Amino acid sequence: MGPNLFVNYGEAVAAILFCIGFTNLLLQTNLIKKIIGLNIMDSAIYLFLAEKGYIAGRAAPIVTNGVTSAEAYINPIPSGLVLTGIVVSVSVSALMLSLTIRLYVRYHTLNLDEIAAQLKKEGK
Amino acid sequence: MSKKKSTENYQKTFAFHFFSWLHGEKDPYLGNVEMQPQKEYETDPEMVLRHEKEHDAIMDKVYDTQHNVQLRLFHSLYEITSILFCLFLMALLLVTISYLPATGVAEKPVNNEVAARYIENGLEETGAINIVAGMILDYRAFDTLGESHVLFVATITVLILLRLDKNKKGEINPLTKDMNPNDRIYEPKNDAILRLVASFLVPIIIIFGIYIILNGHLGPGGGFSGGAVIGAGLILYLNAFGFEKTERFFTEKTYKWICFFSLSFYCLAKSYSFFTGANHLHSIIPNGTPGAILSGGLILPLNIAVGLVVACTMYAFYAMFRKGGF
Repeated sequence: MGPNLFVNYGEAVAAILFCIGFTNLLLQTNLIKKIIGLNIMDSAIYLFLAEKGYIAGRAAPIVTNGVTSAEAYINPIPSGLVLTGIVVSVSVSALMLSLTIRLYVRYHTLNLDEIAAQLKKEGK
Repeated sequence: MSKKKSTENYQKTFAFHFFSWLHGEKDPYLGNVEMQPQKEYETDPEMVLRHEKEHDAIMDKVYDTQHNVQLRLFHSLYEITSILFCLFLMALLLVTISYLPATGVAEKPVNNEVAARYIENGLEETGAINIVAGMILDYRAFDTLGESHVLFVATITVLILLRLDKNKKGEINPLTKDMNPNDRIYEPKNDAILRLVASFLVPIIIIFGIYIILNGHLGPGGGFSGGAVIGAGLILYLNAFGFEKTERFFTEKTYKWICFFSLSFYCLAKSYSFFTGANHLHSIIPNGTPGAILSGGLILPLNIAVGLVVACTMYAFYAMFRKGGF
């Protein structure tokens, strides 16, 4: 173990959240709950990025009083990356939910195992 | 002596037989093989029924999740393995994190010269007080263009998947006939509380969204967050007053044109800016005085374009999930 586990508690929480989401993704058979698991994983990534960009005692990267010194503000790059991630996550969630609706219309169930069984019974 | 053979002799040779067979004049099997017309294949209905029954029985046995021991074993094995894998992954990530540089310390590889350059030259080069806005809409503007297109493509895909399409005769597509054709039946009619609250809140929410978009280069905010706020206001309006009211100003056509103009404006404006910047030409777009609302060069118009796309996308997602169309 390295020395920084308890100093990096935010990143540790992000890792635990990521694994909770991943376990959800693996163990849930309900499609909606699987999507929720994926969204938890997304949130964990945002938390991790935000923790990466944070510098103690510095302000948000919005220029105040004309100070443009790199020592005055936190790192702006992870903030931009989180923005990208949120937009992609929204799109992916919408796409997966609409696919789920189509599956429900076709098979009248949200359970992935039952859908697979019906698929096999149809001989596909 | 001539080598010529007489016709009779020639007809006895292998070459004659071969060439006559080759030219199709003679079938060597004709007359030598007993031939019978092919029998019609008879399907025995009993056999078919028996096969179907056997097939169904096997299928029931295989997919009977309660009694199939192998399947149950597989399921429990799968669960144990996935839990173990997740615990292993968590341990791995936590060990990695314990070796990462400490949070909140400035001297680490993440805070390199790129971030320093964005902060030190950002205000001068982009004219935006909000350095993140200057970064995503000026230095990394093509990234943001890609994001807007991701939203647009996602809307189109959702539209393809959820659309309740009718063919020319007005018949509903058999694929979508089980879907509720219109959710309007279940709408709350004349919900007094919701209408009163919405008539107060919707203008405030939309004005707040516009404020966020227009102040994207001056403070926290920007096209994405402001667009999401406006989309939320539109969804509240839709819930309170129903589709009849919103369809008067927002249809599929409106969505199409707003997205088309916003995305192509973004693309053209940023192409111009990158072209002049890369060739050291003089750009006609002034950066303005930092802090004024009309400053920051292209950032304000680009924020408006992104905000329009995001607001329309949010509303479109809701409308499509609600009734399969706008």
